[in-house]
Amino acid sequence: MSTLSAERVAKVFVEVTDTLVDEFDVIEFLELVTSRASELVGSSAAGLLLADENGRLQFMAASDEQAHLVELFQVQAREGPCQDCYRQGTPVSTSDLREASDRWPLFAPRAIAAGFRSVHAFPLRLRKEVIGALNLFGTSTGEIPAADVQIVQALADLATIGLLQERAVRHSEIVTEQLQGALNSRVTIEQAKGALAQRHSISVDEAFQLLHSYARTHNLRLGDVARSALTQPSEAPDLTST
Amino acid sequence: MKPLIGTTCPGPRQSELRKGRDGANRIDRVYPTCDGQRVRELRDLPGTRVNGQSSEVARLQLLVGAEPSGDGADHGTAAWLTRLCHVAVRELDAAGVGISLMTGEGSSGTAAASDATSEIIEELQFTLGEGPCMDAFATQRPVLAPDLSQEASSRWPWYSPAAQGHGVGAVFAFPLQLGAVRLGALDVYRRHPGSLSSAATTLALTFAHVATMTLLAGQEDAADGQSPDGIDEALETRYEVHQAQGMVMVQLEVTLVEAMARLRAYAYLHDRRLGVVARDIVTRSLTLERDDQ
Repeated sequence: MSTLSAERVAKVFVEVTDTLVDEFDVIEFLELVTSRASELVGSSAAGLLLADENGRLQFMAASDEQAHLVELFQVQAREGPCQDCYRQGTPVSTSDLREASDRWPLFAPRAIAAGFRSVHAFPLRLRKEVIGALNLFGTSTGEIPAADVQIVQALADLATIGLLQERAVRHSEIVTEQLQGALNSRVTIEQAKGALAQRHSISVDEAFQLLHSYARTHNLRLGDVARSALTQPSEAPDLTST
Repeated sequence: MKPLIGTTCPGPRQSELRKGRDGANRIDRVYPTCDGQRVRELRDLPGTRVNGQSSEVARLQLLVGAEPSGDGADHGTAAWLTRLCHVAVRELDAAGVGISLMTGEGSSGTAAASDATSEIIEELQFTLGEGPCMDAFATQRPVLAPDLSQEASSRWPWYSPAAQGHGVGAVFAFPLQLGAVRLGALDVYRRHPGSLSSAATTLALTFAHVATMTLLAGQEDAADGQSPDGIDEALETRYEVHQAQGMVMVQLEVTLVEAMARLRAYAYLHDRRLGVVARDIVTRSLTLERDDQ
């Protein structure tokens, strides 16, 4: 029996599907999924990784995008629960990271140093294919209750469908097109973070917040703001002038 | 003595991809310096053993470097891209491959093609104002049309029949881009309808990536077979490289493309890994000066 109220879960699902409108921004969508997943089960942080065409996991979005956390996601391109989850196609979790140093000698110590004790990874599945992983971190040890696991997996599945924009994917072409688009969006955001950090003498994390607040204030998509800041700075003077 | 960037020296350059005992790929390069000496350099290709796979990128670059050039100029980016098209045709089992360069303002032109027919088909898109490579460039994602006869009524009412008239049954367009930097697109043509296999799709994306990096790096690296920046960087520093690109763009008040070139040039001249330079820039311990070379 889930500890979560049905109403609360329903709200999250409605919210997520509501964002799947024609002109949605993929990175913002993935951020929403990670934030809500994290909140639903009371974890401290969540992140989402997608595999590129070479099968390498690339960080795409997090509930709380700070550099030291992002590193924890990036290191999982080499090793960690998301890597295992991606390869196996099943959820992977550790209730006490202090016992996981043999399993993940690169990842576990870093996660512990960041203050985390438990970790859970859910596969982003598309029929038989796995396209990435959703990663939750907790500051206390322990498992997520089985019923809640099902809910988070359902949210991950919803994220996959949303990402690929098709209820029943007919062609593998759509997968390639959407994933490559998403991967490139992430690169644009990183470039914009750097440009704004330099422009305003702030950290890249603060630059990311600036991008977000500008997008919200002007009702624009995150990706469009990032691109504007880099290629047409005169169009966003509040953002790009010192 | 390393040759300075932009200095051409006489004499052949040779590059060879070798596998070390530890399984890592290395580029073994011999090149002449301007004072007549020959320098041998053994370069690691970092990140080449991810998931136990060797660097496809290096393999493709060497294939292109070894490809005989057709008639006409031997040197220059256009010639290199043409050779890339020839290699891609073989590797992808395609009827033809073309590369077009585009800008946001709409100016465009076919940069390279594997053959005359492919060149004509590339040009078709600009003449008709529609087509998969234009869409790929605009939407910043691949546009894959495994059956052109299905696209006539929806996406490309003029382009589809025209391309089919030239014997094309399927087109797969891959944008040449890196984040906000958009250069153009690479088109793969097939005679018969049908999806690109997963392996072929990955390979085509790798060709697009190599073409993009060559366009950003300039012909110097292309001729050498040297690995241009960003491709084989350690996974953990990849995003820092992109952040550094944005920072340098503002630091030097140049375009994003130029910022990438300057970053790369700095790393090369100071003999440092691009990821390390990027990290220094992001942590503010390094700022590129306007006259920094």
